[in-house]
Amino acid sequence: MNGPGGFEAHDGDDSRDRDDAFEGAQGTGPADGAGSGPPGAGGPGPDRSPRIPLPRASVEDSGLPLPDLADLGDLAPVPLDLSHDVLKSLLGAWALAACSAAETAAVEEHLGSCGSCADEALRLREAVGLLHQPESLDLDPALRTRVLESCLDRRPPRIPVPEWAAPYDAESARLDALLQDFGDAEWHAPVRLRWFEGDAATSRRTTVAGVIAHLLSVDGLVAVALGLEDPLAEIFEKSEKGEKGETGKQGAAGPAGRTEAFWRASHFPPTRSVRGPWREQSHNIVRTASFTGSTAGGLAVPYGDFELPLHNAMLDRAFECWVHAEDIAEAVDYPYEPPAPRHLNKMIDLAARMLPVALAERRRAGLSAPGQAPHLVPAGAPGRSLRLEIEGAASADTLSGSDDSRAFRGVITNPGTRVLAVTPYGDHASAWERARDSSAPLETPYAPLCTKARWACWEVMWMMRP
Amino acid sequence: MAQKDVPPRWDRKMQQRLARGEAAALGELYDRFASLVHSLAHRVLGDERAADGVTREVFAHVWEHPDSYDPKEGPLRSWVAGVTHRLAVQRLRATETAALTGGESGSAEELESLESKVRRASVAARADYIVHSMPAPLRAALELAYFQRRDYRQTATDLGVTEDEARRRLRLGLQLLSTAHDVGASPGYGGAV
Repeated sequence: MNGPGGFEAHDGDDSRDRDDAFEGAQGTGPADGAGSGPPGAGGPGPDRSPRIPLPRASVEDSGLPLPDLADLGDLAPVPLDLSHDVLKSLLGAWALAACSAAETAAVEEHLGSCGSCADEALRLREAVGLLHQPESLDLDPALRTRVLESCLDRRPPRIPVPEWAAPYDAESARLDALLQDFGDAEWHAPVRLRWFEGDAATSRRTTVAGVIAHLLSVDGLVAVALGLEDPLAEIFEKSEKGEKGETGKQGAAGPAGRTEAFWRASHFPPTRSVRGPWREQSHNIVRTASFTGSTAGGLAVPYGDFELPLHNAMLDRAFECWVHAEDIAEAVDYPYEPPAPRHLNKMIDLAARMLPVALAERRRAGLSAPGQAPHLVPAGAPGRSLRLEIEGAASADTLSGSDDSRAFRGVITNPGTRVLAVTPYGDHASAWERARDSSAPLETPYAPLCTKARWACWEVMWMMRP
Repeated sequence: MAQKDVPPRWDRKMQQRLARGEAAALGELYDRFASLVHSLAHRVLGDERAADGVTREVFAHVWEHPDSYDPKEGPLRSWVAGVTHRLAVQRLRATETAALTGGESGSAEELESLESKVRRASVAARADYIVHSMPAPLRAALELAYFQRRDYRQTATDLGVTEDEARRRLRLGLQLLSTAHDVGASPGYGGAV
């Protein structure tokens, strides 16, 4: 490949190792044949053309500030008087339509009289035609599952990804694919995070990058439990050296505290640079979880005020990843599909399994009047339980609980999936309890929107939280 | 032509993990290379479903034969690109030949058109390979000037280099890329056709 047009520029000005040359050229001025003067080879004389580039057709679309009209000078491009070396050095920029109108005119005039430059110009223009968007913009997210499955069918893995880690693996991959083509505008798009505190819905404004920082911080709970590095280690270290306060490890044990600590510290506001660490951590979590295999059941992930067994924590993180991916997609107006049905099924199952504990917790916290009705108990235990049924694509079995004849039915749907659950949208815990205390079935049909399923899970998850 | 972005250590570790049968490694491999593989295949075949099929074959091949990659011969990315190119061209030949033999025995013109398709695909694949493996500063300059439509002065500002250097990088980058047209310039990775 070192033929004509090989790795050295034709000028022969670049005999050093290329990378050194790049470093060396930064700041110190070029050592190449084009000379170190300004592009107007006649020197910075008064006859020099304005150095502000003329607006290119695309500049209006790019959101970049337009050049001040007063600075444009004469709009008719006057060919510049440029030396052969400078003209030659402009050929790449010319082929890419990336020089000023005056320079373009000068290059094109030169091509009429210089055979070697004309040959190169043609070659470079053809090369521009070979450039194309290097990666597919929208790879079907479902392709990942299909490809991986067909691979694993052909050669069964010796170290599989555990079933309880698969939703997290899939959801983090889907979110990462969403982030793939984001520019700065998307990374800094405002996002409103919504959750419940006590009985009140509350929200917090952040950016897309802030959401990823939130996921990085809270996924860190699982990472630490698995013996991986805490993404917040550096922040905690700093705050321990400085004033001890709420930013310290003690004050930031739970998801919210960790997130706030991360947001307050170092990179504020968070930028696209959080994507790499978040993705690396999520890959490491899946990998390490695979090695813990079946022995991981007993491993507890501390969430500050409570703990979840690892396999539940992984479902919780998968769920959060999906929910926040939707927040992000909504903020930048991209479409986003719900999780694969069997993953959605596991997430709903987790919510259902947590329901009795969540309700008991509310009771203890004085958030619901005791004694009006028997407490909900886990399925199979004496007492009252709810029956949740899922129909459609996410259905696999009836979830967690069987009870009396009065199965309460609300309908929560996502495309292809009908979840028969018990809470109306938007009115979380109290609705669960109303449903529980009511003697009549509660039939609440909803529009087929996956956000409804999302909110049902969301509410149960948050009821778990202080 | 060293791959600067990914340390070769990552490539070696990935190969070991695949050989060990770690499903999580396969997922990571997919996350890193799926869009490269799919876009290369799509460029050769011009068809979404066919590109999906090649993507499946490529990852199956890598998963089943991780040992056929030799880290000493170059970056994993180039090897994967090579395997993709080989399988995509294979599929293109197979489908086109089937289409030809479906009618009369293929006329000289039809054969010629198949061959020119294959040639174009090879040039495109070499171009992608060159873009992916050229030194990162050159690629960054091309990306700014071409995809983000920055002029060379803005490119210089974005990259924090002089305008002369920006012009030099753009020209050198295109010179490299233009070698994709050279017959026999096929890079020496596993899948070259």
